[in-house]
Amino acid sequence: MMKKVMLLAAIALLAFALWPFVRDVGLAEPGELATAYLERGPAELGTANVVTSIVVSYRGFDTLGEVTVLFTATAGVGGLLARRKSGHGRKKAAERGATDASEILKTASRLLSPLLVLFGVYIFLHGHLTPGGGFQGGVIIATAVLIGLLADPEAGLAHGVMHLVEGLSGFAYVALGAVGLWFTGVQAGFLDPRFLPLGELGRLASAGAIPIIYSLVGLKVGAELTGILDAMKEDAE
Amino acid sequence: MLDGRTTLDLVIGFLGLLMILAALWSVLSKRLLSSVLLSGAVSLLASLVFLALGAPDVAMTEAAIGSALTTMVFLYSLSRMKVEQDAHEDGGAS
Amino acid sequence: MSDVNIVTLIGVALLLVGFYGALSRPNVIKMIVGFAIADTGVNMIIVAVGYLPGRTAPILDSAADAANAARTMVDPIPQALVLTAIVIGLAVTALMLSFAVRMRRSGGGMAIDSYGEQKW
Repeated sequence: MMKKVMLLAAIALLAFALWPFVRDVGLAEPGELATAYLERGPAELGTANVVTSIVVSYRGFDTLGEVTVLFTATAGVGGLLARRKSGHGRKKAAERGATDASEILKTASRLLSPLLVLFGVYIFLHGHLTPGGGFQGGVIIATAVLIGLLADPEAGLAHGVMHLVEGLSGFAYVALGAVGLWFTGVQAGFLDPRFLPLGELGRLASAGAIPIIYSLVGLKVGAELTGILDAMKEDAE
Repeated sequence: MLDGRTTLDLVIGFLGLLMILAALWSVLSKRLLSSVLLSGAVSLLASLVFLALGAPDVAMTEAAIGSALTTMVFLYSLSRMKVEQDAHEDGGAS
Repeated sequence: MSDVNIVTLIGVALLLVGFYGALSRPNVIKMIVGFAIADTGVNMIIVAVGYLPGRTAPILDSAADAANAARTMVDPIPQALVLTAIVIGLAVTALMLSFAVRMRRSGGGMAIDSYGEQKW
């Protein structure tokens, strides 16, 4: 009883502390920084999607930190749920009477998985033009792998390929950032994409190196989320 | 006659009411499975609200992650916990 | 009613419901569900802070040209921040769940109270 009263008091206190957010402040203009990004993003970097220019370039360092957090969490999940090496897992799955996936799911996954991977690649290649980008594309690729895992839980993923993709794309991401730092002139910063030609606004091959950088982020996020799903999956081996 | 702003507010308010109800149900429900699925529903409705707020990027991410991958991760860990429980019971019996 | 921002109201409500779930439920999985709901609420508050009524998404197309972008588009910065926060939210949820699975494997029950006395 006492615990419940204290809990409700804490929730009420939190609600009181958050009340200023609920009142409509009635802003009519974006802040100075947002105005600068909105005005200069398309002109300086040639991206139609302003969010992409912030995520990849202006705030690229934050994204690097975010990818690092994602990597650390994935490593934590993998370490906590490390597979026991013995071979009795497979036998146990059969003993448990684990039913096979249905024929419909199997056939649909064979048809859908490649299309979903293609859609994910489309999403992160067009990150600078349309809504979407590396994170969304990577998530869609992980979903494609998830459908495959649902259809055939016993299938082993190619862990070597996944680790290679993840490591190489992470390395290339940092390397491209450093290239931006050194080769674009005096005012350049980390992850400046302007060492490639900017091109024409609205074309696929535009916005300097942003499509390349976002594709690398997409591959890395896709590989990491696939790793999380694979580690969380019950022992199938 | 409703202008565009009021209509948008009404739509968002309706979605928000559904979200809060789903969240309360999910927190108070006795069954783990319905709890997990309802929290996925909260994420799906949140992605609609993000779309209404002019944030299509965020809406895509929330729809793909919040309602698909998070729910799947929860379900995998639920089934894994069941496996662990069975293993413990087996170990205790033998 | 006009001085209340409806989206942040929803976000705050979700945050409170999520915290209530995380603090009041004994079951570990229910606590993690509470944290996931609170996560969604926080993301909604952040996006709503950057929303300006009557403006469009911060993406240029034939209807919105670059010249008057700053007068017709919503604030893109909170969206960029929330984008990464959602992905991290999934990773952190997965980490919490793997701790729960691990606790379960070590022989405890699903209730958090049964771990109070345990020496690790």
